[in-house]
This record gives sequence, C-alpha cells and structure tokens, in this order.
Amino acid sequence: MLKKRIIPCLDIKNGRTVKGVNFVDIKDAGDPIELAKKYVKDGADELIFLDITATLEDRKTLISLVEKIAEEINIPFTVGGGISSVEDALALIKAGADKVSINSSAVKNPQLIVDLKERFGSQFVVVAIDTKSVDGRGKVFTKGGTYETRWETLQWAKEVEELGAGEILLTSMNSDGTKGGFDIDITKKVSELVNIPVIASGGAGKVKHFEEVFTKTQASAGLAASIFHFGEIPIPRLKEALKTNNILVR
Amino acid sequence: MIVIIKYNAGNIRSVQNAVARLGYESIITDNPKEIREATKVIFPGVGEASSAMSYLRERKLDEVILSLKQPTLGICLGLQLMCKSSEEGNTICLGIFDTETKQFLPEDKVPHMGWNSFSKKEDTTLLKGINSTDDVYYVHGYYAETCNETIATCNYIKEFSSVMQKNNFYAMQFHPEKSASVGEQLLRNFLELEK
Repeated sequence: MLKKRIIPCLDIKNGRTVKGVNFVDIKDAGDPIELAKKYVKDGADELIFLDITATLEDRKTLISLVEKIAEEINIPFTVGGGISSVEDALALIKAGADKVSINSSAVKNPQLIVDLKERFGSQFVVVAIDTKSVDGRGKVFTKGGTYETRWETLQWAKEVEELGAGEILLTSMNSDGTKGGFDIDITKKVSELVNIPVIASGGAGKVKHFEEVFTKTQASAGLAASIFHFGEIPIPRLKEALKTNNILVR
Repeated sequence: MIVIIKYNAGNIRSVQNAVARLGYESIITDNPKEIREATKVIFPGVGEASSAMSYLRERKLDEVILSLKQPTLGICLGLQLMCKSSEEGNTICLGIFDTETKQFLPEDKVPHMGWNSFSKKEDTTLLKGINSTDDVYYVHGYYAETCNETIATCNYIKEFSSVMQKNNFYAMQFHPEKSASVGEQLLRNFLELEK
C-alpha cells in the first residue's frame, strides 16, 4: 500500500537554513546538508528546500547547494523559490533537484506549468498554493501571502491539475504558524477535487494533527517546519504514533 | 566501467550520485562504443516515452541496448522502454520484456507517487536482503503489466511489474537511487552481479 509521506521543509537564505533549529546532535544547525542528513536518518520521506532570497548571487549559491544535497541525500527532494522560467527550473534539475515548486510565478504565468510539464514531465512540477479564507471562500494569495489574486482556491487547484502539475503543495495561511492543526476544510476540498497528490501544509503542532489530516482528507503527505526543526515532534515518534493508529507510513 | 546511458532530459546525475555513494565510479554517455565496453549498464528513464525512444533510435542506441550481454538495469521509464510498447505517445519500445506499458486509470491519485512496497515472485540475487515490508520510492503515471519476466509486483490501482528480469536485463519501476537504504541495497546487489 502507498504510504502517507512526512515532509520537513527547510527555508534557505544565502545557502544556509534559517528559522533556527535546536538539535543537540547537529554541530552546525545552519548547514542545510547537516540538517537534511539528520532528517533522512530520522525517516523523513522527502525534503523540501525553499529559497527565500532571490538575488542573482544567492541563486548561484543555491545551485551549488542543490548539487551538494543531491550528492549526499538518498531520498527525493524538491526545491522552490524564485523559479519563473524553464531555464530557472533546468538549472535546479541539472543540479540534481527531483522536483521544483512554483507559486507566484505560476499564477502570474500559468503557461509556465505547461512549459515545465512538457520539458520535464509533470512529476517534476509541484505547484504551491497559499490559500486564505476570505468571506468564507478559499482564495489564492501570492507574493508571500501579501497579494490576493482573483483565483478561488478550488478553481486554481483544478486549473493547475489540468495544466499539468504533478502535485499540489497546499498551505493554509489561516492555520500556518498557529500549531492548531492543519486546515482540514480546505485540504479536504482540494484533495477530493483533484486527482494528483496534495501535500497539506500549515498548522501542524501535534501528532494528532497529522492523524487528523490523513484520516479526514485525501492528503498524500503532511509538511511541517518548526516542529521538526525544534525537535518538538521527532519524526520517528510521529511515525510510530501514526502506525499505532493504523495510518500507513514508511 | 559502469556506464549510465545519457538522455536528453531530467536528472540522471542522481543515479550517478547514488552509484558514487556505494563507492563505484561511473560515466554518463550516449557513445555506443563506451556503452558496449561497459562492465555494467544503467538505463535510467526520465521524461516521455516517444521522445525518449526517438532519441535512442536517432543515435542507434536501441540496437546497442539490445546487443548488450553485460548486466543492464532499466530504471522507471527505462523499465517501460524495455517492454514491447507504451501507451504513452503510442510508442513501439525495445521489446526485451514480453509485456506492454499502460496508463493508470484515474481510480486513485495519479501519478503513483511516494513510498510503496513490492512482493517478490521469485527470490533472485537482485532482490537479496530485501523484505516484503521494505518500501521504495515510486513516481510514475504509466505501468508495465505483469508477465513471466516479472519477479516482483506492486499493487496500486492494479497489480503491475515492480521488478523484472530476463537474462542479463534487469529493471525496476521505482527509483532505487532515491529509495534510501533499501534502494542502496538493491543498487549494490545489481553492481555486485557476476557477468
């Protein structure tokens, strides 16, 4: 049976992880490779690296970082942030990224999804959707959640599937950072609507939040950052708890 | 020398990285002479079936692959191209394995993406040390139907060929290079095969 995936997300700035981590067994918590290796050892199913800077100089740093990650890491990883053309994606894929994630650039230019799919295949294309409830309806936000687009979340999710996305990374801005649980409502709606895998993101604070998102929605994976970085929920403990509750994990 | 056959798209470097982590050197090439002289050949697959087959035919690599006598491993699309045909782009393929590649019906999420196990039909050297509970990483929207050359199957939407073997030809639908320690064991098994 296909397993539910647990995915830690690492924010990268100028080649280093930010947001901080506190693992006693990691010498340099800012080194993305050290952290990635720790997660692989813990049983993470995939990794996502989000580059939160966009200067040209930092892109070069990112490319060489991706090359090093690809050399060291034996599980799939996605790279996102600042990808607005096939050339941007090609540089990352050549460096060894297994998938690229696009967000604002896809809304601005939906043709990019088609172009990436035709060049690399849909399994390389993750479309990240930042959603927020506005007057009771899920709306798509871009530019780091600062800009409300014309798209309703369900409508945009269906659109990206049709354009050729292989996966959707759905982040609820309502729940992100709250540690109050994943946004079950929108995750359920999107994951039932589309026939591609959906990664639930935003709000994980407890083991039971993962149980909830995997039992109440069709989400294929759960993503979190700080609860993993700060060791609040070690991945081995999370997976044991999920297994106890008959949720299939690796 | 271990040779990884070069394609026009995708990140086959990850296969080379995985081979390097096991302590082996390899080269990525589409040069027929280098491929023929290899000790082991890895035929990774990324991209789309019809354009991949055109790429191989233009360089006469289809004939080269069929003539190989050394252990040769197809991965993902590589496995599908080793079958008779593929529904992807209605493509005639290499015909090493006596089966066809079909598209998953949308009865569940497609692509089949993530960690899933396989069940062994035969215990062969390639699958040494692997248990039925071990998970490997799959990502594919097409699958090869089971046949006599299927040595392990996976069940997602329907039962399909996960691992195949015929003479010196081996193939895996999942990505051993991305399948953590289980994948490393499988790649090591392949790289340690006697000629």
